[in-house]
Amino acid sequence: MSDRLTVLKTYKLYVGGKFPRSESGRVYEVNDSKGRWLANAPLASRKDARDAVVAARKAFGGWSGATAYNRGQVLYRVAEMLEGRKDQFVREVRDAEGISKSEAAAQVDAAIDRWVWYAGWTDKIAQVMGGANPVAGPFFNLSTPEPTGVVTVVAPQESSFLGLVSVLAPVIATGNTAVVIASERFPLPALSLGEVLATSDVPGGVVNILTGKTAEIAAPLAAHQDVNAIDLTGADAGLARELEVAAADNLKRVLRPQAVDFSADPGTHRLTAFLETKTVWHPTGSLGASGSAY
Amino acid sequence: MTSPFEYAPAPESRSVVDIAPSYGLFIDGEFTEAADGKVFKTVSPATEEVLSEVAQAGEADVDRAVRAARKAFETWSALPGAERAKYLFRIARIIQERSRELAVLETLDNGKPIKETRDADLPLVAAHFFYYAGWADKLDHAGYGKNPAPLGVAGQVIPWNFPLLMLAWKIAPALATGNTVVLKPAETTPLSALFFADICRQAGLPNGVVNILPGYGDAGAALTAHPDVDKVAFTGSTAVGKAIARQVAGTDKKVTLELGGKGANIVFDDAPIDQAVEGIVTGIFFNQGQVCCAGSRLLVQESIQEELLDSLKRRLSTLRLGDPLDKNTDIGAINSAEQLARITALADTGEAEGAERWSAPCELPENGYWFAPTLFTNVTQAHTIARDEIFGPVLSVLSFRTPDEAVAKANNTQYGLSAGIWTEKGSRILAVANKLRAGVVWANTFNKFDPTSPFGGYKESGFGREGGRHGLEAYLDV
Repeated sequence: MSDRLTVLKTYKLYVGGKFPRSESGRVYEVNDSKGRWLANAPLASRKDARDAVVAARKAFGGWSGATAYNRGQVLYRVAEMLEGRKDQFVREVRDAEGISKSEAAAQVDAAIDRWVWYAGWTDKIAQVMGGANPVAGPFFNLSTPEPTGVVTVVAPQESSFLGLVSVLAPVIATGNTAVVIASERFPLPALSLGEVLATSDVPGGVVNILTGKTAEIAAPLAAHQDVNAIDLTGADAGLARELEVAAADNLKRVLRPQAVDFSADPGTHRLTAFLETKTVWHPTGSLGASGSAY
Repeated sequence: MTSPFEYAPAPESRSVVDIAPSYGLFIDGEFTEAADGKVFKTVSPATEEVLSEVAQAGEADVDRAVRAARKAFETWSALPGAERAKYLFRIARIIQERSRELAVLETLDNGKPIKETRDADLPLVAAHFFYYAGWADKLDHAGYGKNPAPLGVAGQVIPWNFPLLMLAWKIAPALATGNTVVLKPAETTPLSALFFADICRQAGLPNGVVNILPGYGDAGAALTAHPDVDKVAFTGSTAVGKAIARQVAGTDKKVTLELGGKGANIVFDDAPIDQAVEGIVTGIFFNQGQVCCAGSRLLVQESIQEELLDSLKRRLSTLRLGDPLDKNTDIGAINSAEQLARITALADTGEAEGAERWSAPCELPENGYWFAPTLFTNVTQAHTIARDEIFGPVLSVLSFRTPDEAVAKANNTQYGLSAGIWTEKGSRILAVANKLRAGVVWANTFNKFDPTSPFGGYKESGFGREGGRHGLEAYLDV
């Protein structure tokens, strides 16, 4: 082995397609499962959270307005990019969670496949969840699901990468934009995911990733008037209740924390949790009863 | 007089595609000669140049391919949907990567303008695979019950008008649902299907999952008749579709047929004329009118007939007919001498029966198969050209006075594939659409396609739908 000194990475936030440090100038120490220092991660502030919401809102028009096909291809591109950087993520997940290399590899593989799963959903969810309604009158009536807007995602605390991908991908697949609060103890895979997203044709601001104290960052986001929904997966029971109360102020859609096996079939509930249904009526007129009998 | 808008030639380079002097059948992952050693030539319809010599499948080859597909079915159908999905995503991405090569190839073999293969055919081909890839692991959500099962071996026969796109419409849903396929491309356009075989190789698709058998009608008939074929999918003429329907009678084979059409394009007096003219042109002159869902009957409200026809003729006079590889070309070559003869005969019948013929003033190249954009006025519903599918750049113009009359005339056909409605009034669009006996109705647009959107006909235009969630049903045991 050579004696070469390795170059360490400065982990930074991912906001609006850029990689800023926390405006607060704070960092915190991230250690592996044996207590050895891995890196310093940004300790994001309330201001960082608000900046992230501004970026997510700015990105919403373009991302929700993109064709479902386009969003599908972008999500698939994320899977392609991750496949090529698998080793890095296996190392980061192994170091963080203290699991074996093969266990970490299985998690990363599953996370890549999850992007593929959701890539396939972008142009199908409307066909499964929407449709024509046979109203009793001369009207065309069509219901279509639409993204709810800016979604705050409190990522799972234990599953630093597969869990993160499993909660993030469904939010953006349907056209929402996201502000993600990474696992407090295992934030590094999330910050590295930001680097992958930045090179995967995901427009800046569609995903914003914050690291730090979950409770400190989540509180202003749950209360933020320009956030439309919040996924509480990574909040403990007490925090989840507090955040849900704060979220009620502008009636955010809330996905409560629940026991999740991230290796199981994800189903559709994480997609539908952040959708609105829009129904359009239009008169069909009448051509007279005779019509045509051919 | 030289026009101030004279175009310089802008040919797409042929160097992007490398056509081998000969091709075999693609069976069980390998290119192979036909059992009886037969070959046929495929030519460029724009120049009559021989492009390649292709093995011609016969009954023995059909049997061998069906066996390979049967063997592959066991493992392919047992794969988790997510793994099948990833194969199809790979195919979609490789098609995107190689799309310029395939577009040039398709234009050479089919004769359609590069503008169309590049901007319509190939993007749709890739999108179709991408869309159905995503379904492979989501079949439980498609509305056909839990864990719907594939059928087995699909025998698929496709036409020459959109060779690679029809292949995509057939193969993508079949593989996504866990079937294996034997596909016979048309005898005049076998090349893009054979290039697709190479894409399957690059994607690492297991042997036997896709088998490609270039050949003639006899190979198609042998394929659809094969006792070990569980599913028959055919796109082509109504006459052959009926023969297949008779052939499979009394078997367990599931069948979908996408056949001919005589689409009505209805223009009301409040329609935006310029947009309608563009839509009429797209409707009947896209792909030289060799489109089963073409808007080959123009039904125009009497009060605007003159104005509309003046605009239409003016527009048709600007269409550029010629070298399909030229990026400025609007109208390419007719696919074959045989098809050209059919179009010519039907147009002559139109004249003989008393309709008035007008053709765009354009010079036809000396070699190759060409037909100038043509329209007929003074057409009645009894005329052959108002009843029979011409499958060429020939538009029959009829008129109407009331919406009821428009609907009655539009539906007065054995076919029911497509229709168009042009009016600014939304309620009229929906009222007319409700009454039309056609599988696809375009309002204020025409010839729009998308992998998420079901396509297929009423009446003698066939049955079953391709595309969208609905397109899965044809390949599932439901």
